[in-house]
Amino acid sequence: MNPAPTNDNPFAGDNSGIQQRETAARWALRVGSYIVVLITLAIMLHIFIKGAPVVFQSKWPFVNTQFLTELPATLHVIEDQQGNHIETDVNGADAVKKKLGDNFRSEKTVSYSGGGILGPIVGTALLVIVSVGVALFLGVACAIYLSEYAKHGKFLEMVRLAILNLAGVPSVVFGLFGLGAFVLTAPTFVDVPADRSVFSIPLGFTTLSFEGWDTCVLSGGFTLAFVILPVIITASEQCLQAVPQGFRETSMALGATRWQTIRYSVLPFATPGILTSSILGIARAAGETAPIMFTAALAFKDKLPWQKDLPPLPADASIFAHWEQSVARFLGIFTESVQALPYHIYTLAAKIPQNEYAERAQYGSVFVFLVLVASLAASSVMLRKRLRAKYRW
Amino acid sequence: MAADTPAPTAAEPLIQVEKFNYAYGDNQVLFDVDLNMHSDDVMALIGPSGCGKSTLLRSINRINDLVDTARVVSGKIKIDGVDLYEPDVDVISLRRNVGMVFQKYNPFPRSIFENAVYGLRVAGIKDRHDLEEAAERSLRSAALWDEVKDRLHEVATGLSGGQQQRLCIARAIALQPRILLMDEPCAALDPIATARIEELIHQLRGQYTFVIVTHNMEQAKRIADRTAFFYKGRLIEEDETMNIFNHPRDPQTEAYITGRLT
Repeated sequence: MNPAPTNDNPFAGDNSGIQQRETAARWALRVGSYIVVLITLAIMLHIFIKGAPVVFQSKWPFVNTQFLTELPATLHVIEDQQGNHIETDVNGADAVKKKLGDNFRSEKTVSYSGGGILGPIVGTALLVIVSVGVALFLGVACAIYLSEYAKHGKFLEMVRLAILNLAGVPSVVFGLFGLGAFVLTAPTFVDVPADRSVFSIPLGFTTLSFEGWDTCVLSGGFTLAFVILPVIITASEQCLQAVPQGFRETSMALGATRWQTIRYSVLPFATPGILTSSILGIARAAGETAPIMFTAALAFKDKLPWQKDLPPLPADASIFAHWEQSVARFLGIFTESVQALPYHIYTLAAKIPQNEYAERAQYGSVFVFLVLVASLAASSVMLRKRLRAKYRW
Repeated sequence: MAADTPAPTAAEPLIQVEKFNYAYGDNQVLFDVDLNMHSDDVMALIGPSGCGKSTLLRSINRINDLVDTARVVSGKIKIDGVDLYEPDVDVISLRRNVGMVFQKYNPFPRSIFENAVYGLRVAGIKDRHDLEEAAERSLRSAALWDEVKDRLHEVATGLSGGQQQRLCIARAIALQPRILLMDEPCAALDPIATARIEELIHQLRGQYTFVIVTHNMEQAKRIADRTAFFYKGRLIEEDETMNIFNHPRDPQTEAYITGRLT
């Protein structure tokens, strides 16, 4: 039966309010997205406007090299009778005062705000290298085992639950864990065990003593590794799962062992994705403050990790002795405590009296910090792109 | 499964499936299957989806071991009289002797050459000359050599679907297996590519023992010496292909080949 013909538009909207609700929903979602973008832009712009002038300058070489190549130092600000402010370090203060003579009005000192931030940059770089190295090794191994070897069942469920829980642990707890596990009890080789050693095993030529690694890059790096481990495991496992099952079946049907299959036909195709997860790991590891407070970072240190005093070699020292000392110097990098950018920023912002000079150092540090993390991430993205082009399916 | 085992006499089947029961977890998919396959024959396994024919095929090279829950309930599959599910059977050497081609052509996203020699590489062969020789031999056997000889080092996924599937066949026969398992090898191909694969199977007939799962009954008629019909996990009927299609003994077989059973 045909409906009675009418002149009304058959496609006209009804008045039930569906249209209005649709419009309202669309605008609510749109406004939400705009707010997110705006806040992100506001943060970035604020840091750029306040931080870039500290790092860049209008004169050649356009970069404030002092800020990037010197260790933090106490800033001395000397004011003359005309109200001019002269900035100098501790060594230059007396000379400036002498030159001013009667013109001298006052002097004030601002901790950590002079010099540069090379120490924190180096420390953060070392912590990131150690933590990402450890976390990638452990995390990818764990992901491969879970994805390729473990059978579905109770055990696998438990492991997954454990990883999920690990991701929810507050970072300060990781810091305390690192203090207990790595700083105070991790095993190390020593000639004479310290009094605080938990227990020690004599090995004849040396002693394996559970007396910890002390606050150092290694302790901090391992602690940070456990912070980023859940991210890396979860992401790596997803990347492995994304490799077509057909590759595995074909490879094994051609007589490959499980490890050969993983090595040649699964891992290469999962690597780009695993690198993406390492980007997240780098950013997180570089940014965490609590885990390194007790394990690696110092508020101030006047030496870079490789500027450790080693006993001078005699003039006729053999090549071997030189080589041995170089190795000791290199390994020593990882057993030194360091300054780190996030902790340095915390110190500048919360531990010293605030004034324009401290603020300048803060924004400079934050700006460098952001650029550092962004460039690390960018290089990972580039590496991933190149690998993607090579292994596309 | 050593290569030096004596060839079976004409009377003795190469592959013997005996009272084979197979399950995924609690879900049994094969029931008391008894089937003999003779050396150099082309055997087609037909039947509606879910009838267990693919599972049987994938049990012959034990690739189904990759499925976590898969297990043999009882019974045996023997090649040359050796039960494949005995603990002392090495699945790696089994799979080198029993090649497999999958439904979805899936060359690795590597060069054509690397695909052709993958099995040899994982077997530890490193000599460049040996690998090149094996690649040419297997690509020629798979009727692909003339099409790819000038671009062996280009990525294999740039080939057409039919070429990719022939590369997968080349990859399998590079190991010179005795048995070649094919799981719906033409299901993802157009008619022309399908015809070339069938032609290839005709050319290779006699060099390998073929076991082919197919949904295409015309294809089974064209290429198979013998055909086995499966239904609901049981082997219903097995005979010479012409007998199965012209004079089926079982009413279920007749219903299937005439399209009345799905």
